[in-house]
Amino acid sequence: MSTASNTKSHLVEQLKEGLDAPICLTWELTYACNLECVHCLSSSGRRDPRELTTDEAKAVLDELHDLQVFYINIGGGEPMIRRDFFELLEYSIDRGIGVKFSTNGAFIDAAKAKRLAAMNYLDIQISLDGTDAVTNDAVRGEGSYDTAIQAMNHLRDAGFGEFKISVVVTRHNVDQLDDFKALADSFGAQLRITRLRPSGRGADSWHELHPTQAQQRQIYDWLVAHGDNVLTGDSFFHLNALGEEPLPGLNMCGAGRVVCLIDPIGDVYACPFVIHDEFKAGSVRDEGGFAQVWKHSDLFAELREPQSAGACASCGSYDACQGGCMAAKFFVGIPLDGPDPECVDGYGEAAMLEASADTTPRPMMDHSKPVRVTKPERVPVTIGRR
Amino acid sequence: MRRLLTSDQPRTVLDSRLALDPQVALRPEPFGALAYHYGNRKLIFLKHPDVVRVVQHLDGAHTLAETLTACDVDETRWPSFERALTALTESEMLHEHRIEHQVAPG
Amino acid sequence: MDDTPAATLDDAATTHVAEDTSDELLEDELLVEEISIDGMCGVY
Repeated sequence: MSTASNTKSHLVEQLKEGLDAPICLTWELTYACNLECVHCLSSSGRRDPRELTTDEAKAVLDELHDLQVFYINIGGGEPMIRRDFFELLEYSIDRGIGVKFSTNGAFIDAAKAKRLAAMNYLDIQISLDGTDAVTNDAVRGEGSYDTAIQAMNHLRDAGFGEFKISVVVTRHNVDQLDDFKALADSFGAQLRITRLRPSGRGADSWHELHPTQAQQRQIYDWLVAHGDNVLTGDSFFHLNALGEEPLPGLNMCGAGRVVCLIDPIGDVYACPFVIHDEFKAGSVRDEGGFAQVWKHSDLFAELREPQSAGACASCGSYDACQGGCMAAKFFVGIPLDGPDPECVDGYGEAAMLEASADTTPRPMMDHSKPVRVTKPERVPVTIGRR
Repeated sequence: MRRLLTSDQPRTVLDSRLALDPQVALRPEPFGALAYHYGNRKLIFLKHPDVVRVVQHLDGAHTLAETLTACDVDETRWPSFERALTALTESEMLHEHRIEHQVAPG
Repeated sequence: MDDTPAATLDDAATTHVAEDTSDELLEDELLVEEISIDGMCGVY
């Protein structure tokens, strides 16, 4: 091993022990959403009446400022639905916390685009899961492709500058990676591709939507060849065993160590992909607020202990893949010290066969709307009520 | 010996008078520090407390060589520090001051 | 042609660097590393 990777892995070992404050974190502002994407990690749709108030949200931002959190990723649901959205945006930026917000674009009209373009320290991420309406709308709903493109047009026309287009890679859009890059280039935008996890409503559709083994290889090869300016949220580190050179990023699970999630009602989870009691660390409404949860919760203390490689300990790939993603394992019923369901060596397949349907955890906090209308065009997914 | 300063480029980074960019937040950590640039969103891990000390000592007035000496960094390690501070400058975390341009703070 | 004491001292200093600190610092140590703010798993 070279000196470079020696010092990098030493740093990563320290980061696994956790920091006094997150480096950045995800904050879902609301469970309300105008869309009902098939794979929504937060099962969003309806607002939760227990949502944090504007004052409570500002108190959290004050805490994040004191902790010197540099950057927050705001999402939801659809965060722009909140009436105090701009108020909170401006409050955060004034407190010296940079913001990226993730949106489906429905609420970005010409006027909003202008307002956003005038703001500093702000990044915008538009969600898109297909380079044509058929592919995209099968997952995100009819009209959602047009909505996203329109938002991008408004941002471009308003001179916003470089925004991000964020794609969840599925079985049906893997062949569109070049097209996504071209689309991003045409807007002067930055492409981001991320991993589909079986979280939220994703638990129902994961088996039909997640990339095949062959497609995993395709994704890895594409990132190695074309991924220079492509972001990934470090979500593909489970594929590192496919090659010699690890993909850019920390290549470790950041949950509870360098990142976490604050949900719309103030609950703190290890990450946005594990909204489940098993991974709930506490609430910002508890005594001591967010800081207390981050620094002293039992869950985070546990995650910051050395993790057992378990079944993967003797595997030569473990150094590269680190056993993969906790959320992916959890929601398909694989033990956390077992292989990732998409283990590139195929061990995940066997592990899933052993998982029992009875004991596989179900997502919690379901804010899906009561009646879901889907148009399964290319996606043979049956979605029913939970 | 005082050198007459001209507007020529410094010959090496050791001659540069570097300062931390005002848009950078430096957050100390057990392993060293995190440096985050609010303007370009770059995040850099400073992986050893010594490099943190050196960065914190930069004042735009002294050269890097003078700063390294003042921070008791052994000369055999200077190449590593030159590489590190060059990388920080390329990421815009640090910028060079010219004596004839006194950059106003903030 | 002079075999100066300074040259010998420099060589000695070089060979001792590796044993210098418990952090295993080497002459070609990488003291800084850039990670994208997006380069941490577990965020949107």
